[in-house]
Amino acid sequence: MAQSSNGEAPLKSEHDIVLARQLVRKLTQELGFSLVDQTKMVTAASELARNALTYGRGGAMSWEIVQREAYRGLKLLFADEGPGIPNIDLAMTDGWTSGSGLGMGLTGAKRLVNEFALDSKVGAGTRVTIVRWK
Amino acid sequence: MDRIPILRMGEFLLVTIQVDMHDQLALRLQDDLSNAIQKHAARGVLIDISTLEMVDSFIGRMVADISGMGRILGAETVLVGMQPAVAITLVELGLALPGVSTALNVERGMALLRRKIDGVDADGAIV
Repeated sequence: MAQSSNGEAPLKSEHDIVLARQLVRKLTQELGFSLVDQTKMVTAASELARNALTYGRGGAMSWEIVQREAYRGLKLLFADEGPGIPNIDLAMTDGWTSGSGLGMGLTGAKRLVNEFALDSKVGAGTRVTIVRWK
Repeated sequence: MDRIPILRMGEFLLVTIQVDMHDQLALRLQDDLSNAIQKHAARGVLIDISTLEMVDSFIGRMVADISGMGRILGAETVLVGMQPAVAITLVELGLALPGVSTALNVERGMALLRRKIDGVDADGAIV
């Protein structure tokens, strides 16, 4: 494949959330994801992008086409330099929110992907990595 | 400034969401709709999302808020045209949209609105 298989998109404004969704849609289409799988990955990306902007004061989404044996997938990393999450267990509870959201973002996004990793340090920001395999 | 048009059809308002909405656009629609319900004394709101390729928790909450707000103002809301992939994703995300009436397409949505308002369906049969 001649195209680059990784990249980064900023998450600094609401419009960037829309652009991130469109980028993830395009990447999952290129990987040949089914429509349902595309929609799940795009929705998960939308939730995490909004979290990075709303709670993390902005950041970036890095993407990478990954391969494991015969399978290809899309890996996304949402990184912000916000206040971090003091209590990760609480943040991963359905319906809990520190802001005005529904509290479905993190837990909902986790259910929509195959792999999910959350790394957050108070004062140093939050990094959420997700992977969905074709 | 971007705006989603609200069409008036008698005592109903019809909204077709055709763009990938950013959050402010969704919030503006909520405002515009509540004003339009009041201005036109609308009794029903039909929201067509058949071209939306994604509904996340933010848009889901907006729809639920419009529905709740409409009810307080005396208008019933019906959400129509959700794509199957969007429905599957929403349920998995954990948003089953409680309290929001839905229908498969605009035609059925209109019939449902009519029934909710008149207690009579489109064919005139009392339900």
